[in-house]
Amino acid sequence: MKISLFITCFNDALFPQTGQAVVNVLERLGCEVEFREAQTCCGQMHHNSGYQKEAIDLVRRFVEVFEGAEAIVVPSTSCTAMIRSQYPRLAKAAGGEALAARVEAIAPRVFEFSEFLIDRLGLEDVGAYYPHKVVYHSSCNSLRALKLGDRALRLLRNVKGLELVELARAEECCGFGGTFAVKNAETSTAMLTDKMRHVLDSGAEICTAGDNSCLMHIGGGLSRQQTGVRTVHLAEILASTDQAAS
Amino acid sequence: MNARDAILANIRSALAGSTPPVLPPFAYRRAGEMTGEELRARFLDRLADYNVHIVRLRNEAEIPAALADRLAANGATRYVAPADLPSAWRPAGVEALEEVDGAPLSHAQLEATPSVVTGCALAVAETGTVVLDAGSHQGRRALTLLPDHHVCVVFEHQLVETIPEALQNLIGAVRDGRPLTFFSGPSATADIEFDRVVGVHGPRRLDVLFVQGD
Amino acid sequence: MTALDFTARARTSLRDSQLRRNIAKATSTIRAKTARVAGELPDWEALRDAGQAIKRQTMAELDRHLVALEASVTAAGGVVHWARDAAEARTIIVGLARQYQAGSVIKIKSMTTDEVELNPALSAAGITPYETDLADMIVQMAKEKPSHLLVPAIHKNRAEIRDLFLRELDPAAIPGGRLDADPSSLAKAARAHLRAKFLSTKVAISGANFAIAETGSVVIVESEGNGRMCLTLPDVLISIMGVEKVLPKWEHLEVFLQLLPRSATGERMNPYTSVWTGNRAAEARAGDGPQVFHLVLLDNGRSKILADEVTRDTLNCIRCSRCLNVCPVYERAGGHAYDSMYQGPIGAIVTPQLRGFEEAGSLPFASTLCGACQEACPVRIPIPNILTHLRAKVVAEKRQGLGALNGENLAMQAAKAMFDHPTLLAMALAAGRIGQAPLVRDGRVTHLPPPLSGWSLSRDFPALPPESFRDWWAKREPRS
Repeated sequence: MKISLFITCFNDALFPQTGQAVVNVLERLGCEVEFREAQTCCGQMHHNSGYQKEAIDLVRRFVEVFEGAEAIVVPSTSCTAMIRSQYPRLAKAAGGEALAARVEAIAPRVFEFSEFLIDRLGLEDVGAYYPHKVVYHSSCNSLRALKLGDRALRLLRNVKGLELVELARAEECCGFGGTFAVKNAETSTAMLTDKMRHVLDSGAEICTAGDNSCLMHIGGGLSRQQTGVRTVHLAEILASTDQAAS
Repeated sequence: MNARDAILANIRSALAGSTPPVLPPFAYRRAGEMTGEELRARFLDRLADYNVHIVRLRNEAEIPAALADRLAANGATRYVAPADLPSAWRPAGVEALEEVDGAPLSHAQLEATPSVVTGCALAVAETGTVVLDAGSHQGRRALTLLPDHHVCVVFEHQLVETIPEALQNLIGAVRDGRPLTFFSGPSATADIEFDRVVGVHGPRRLDVLFVQGD
Repeated sequence: MTALDFTARARTSLRDSQLRRNIAKATSTIRAKTARVAGELPDWEALRDAGQAIKRQTMAELDRHLVALEASVTAAGGVVHWARDAAEARTIIVGLARQYQAGSVIKIKSMTTDEVELNPALSAAGITPYETDLADMIVQMAKEKPSHLLVPAIHKNRAEIRDLFLRELDPAAIPGGRLDADPSSLAKAARAHLRAKFLSTKVAISGANFAIAETGSVVIVESEGNGRMCLTLPDVLISIMGVEKVLPKWEHLEVFLQLLPRSATGERMNPYTSVWTGNRAAEARAGDGPQVFHLVLLDNGRSKILADEVTRDTLNCIRCSRCLNVCPVYERAGGHAYDSMYQGPIGAIVTPQLRGFEEAGSLPFASTLCGACQEACPVRIPIPNILTHLRAKVVAEKRQGLGALNGENLAMQAAKAMFDHPTLLAMALAAGRIGQAPLVRDGRVTHLPPPLSGWSLSRDFPALPPESFRDWWAKREPRS
């Protein structure tokens, strides 16, 4: 099976190490990986901000780029949720039956990274080694839109050397919310403050998640407060092994 | 166009072109499965949760003594009684204030009487709810509202397990235009800090005399 | 958009430490209770399905059900009125109160009367409205606005309420002038204060939780017994309900009498539920309840909400307030930030649709779209989808004509152009790496220029790395 990566615009520009880690893990597991260079953005920012017309164009672009792909792996819970939960609705509402049919064909082949490892490859232990104390933040999209449950936690529990600690009020949003973080910066900050307190109380040195947008927000706060705790995407933890990098 | 026709026209034009969804078959429980002691225990457990004082009786003959006891425990020397409260329930030596035809008790009289004794239409085990439907042994609504202490007699045969069963049994009363009052424990409020406390405007104390057997 | 939007109002609440503590404490208490009692029913999810299906089907044939309700209420001796908007509702109700020569009225908690701003209209007509629900009474005495659908005084704690009562209550209700701050003592004082009003007032005004078209019955779900007082003791009862509150059949009530209390106050059943049918009780048995019953059916924008198939589900709300209690934004920003009698996630979709975007256009943006509301809603209203749908409408309105030149729209168009052309994106990233140089310290940007300055209020931003993922991919040696 050839895996097509949807790296997402956000990771492409700001967190290339996450995409590299995904490639690293998948290739280590024997998968063939491709990157279709015409890909850009899933349209989530435009959709969530009220720019529906623009979002529809990006739905169409995504469909054109990824049509025919066997499996599409996405290291972002929110982009996966956008494609899976919003695309069918958007396509039907604005793009007509033809686009809706193409979306229907693609959507079931889109997988969030942890979901792909567990549900498609049937793996919970990917042979990673990561000697750190880690706390896991479950993004809202992972919890509620995708209902990924404890998949990421199962992967983390199988990482050698990793000490996994509990997060209080784990189901509560971190306060990012895309443009919400800027438009309602004060409310967003109040939510972030509580999330950071729970992260710090856990005693972890690293906070991980399946979504770099939450992590940019939480990590940005942890950095600003000089807490000494940092954020790392789940894929990067899974990419780490006890072998020297090749 | 008058308001009625304008509103209906707006609604119709809002709905034009959309097809009403078909109601799917419902999967929730419309009847309970409990019987006997399991059902009784569920009901009494729920009542206890609402701070209801419960007295379990073996038969109807035990009602007068239990009533006398509950009235005395609440310092009541008089109680309000619906006119059709069975004489077999009434405790000797305690004055019953009763409505006679054409001369309803005033709000002031009801307010000044410490207790009221009634039967009920039915009760729901799963929620610990007792329902009055203005039927036998219940009187009008003000009787069970103004006295501060309500003693309600519930017979085992009046017990259903679930809310759907209760409502199915009450449709007749509703069609007759009789008002219903559901009560689950004494009056309460959670308006201050979502902290639930018992006792606001309705009766602050509720006793249930539960008569086992048919 | 008005000068004072959600963001600005939230800013005020966020700095009120007492308010933050009061709301956090109350919502965490109720979250635990509702989760427990909803979780104990084996068929909770099936009840939610049924609730959603009944509401959807009702809305789809709302006209028919309203006509049926009108007929059944009338047949039971009630008088039905129709009000197109708030002004019409006020005129009807004030007119009725005058007709019955009411100097004062007692009221049961009703968001609909708040929505139509009935109390000021009654006062202006020389009729004193007394709120009898404990929290509503507190808010009325404090001359404030409700901050929670169900517990309108949630922003106040026991100490603040005690102070208010000492100032405002009838001194006879506080024997010896001594009052403890525990909720039991406060409830006792409220009982003493309102008792005489319940016994003497001739006209009561209520809302309605449900009205059954099949039987003409109206249902009030409450806790304190103030509802029973208002529904039983006065001579005249006037109830007002939004048109969406109708239920076609009696049997539908069995679903909602399970969903509502467990979602609202976290009880298996609320202390009191009253059901009455016209004035038939008073006719059949002298003195059982009001001799006169009026029912006002209010549109006030609801038919407009109905017209949009995406927003239609907004009308399915049973006002349990569970979405507020689970909302992380509500918990921090508080109810007053929504500037409406409908707060929290449901308020963020109801209020802009009732009042328009000019006034309430900031509300659909007052959410992270975290989905906790939809997950908790007993009738499964897809609040996040309705929020994004309303955002699109707000944006469409805002970018008409010269509005298209607003900064956000320009930024969104620029982003779109880059997403349409990956080469543009690459060029922009290259330019960004040079442009960010003065802002970057240790791989972090600590101060962003407007309109992104809100970000750097509390968060560092990662500097653009020297190489994007696609740069790295392009340079990779091809693998076999």
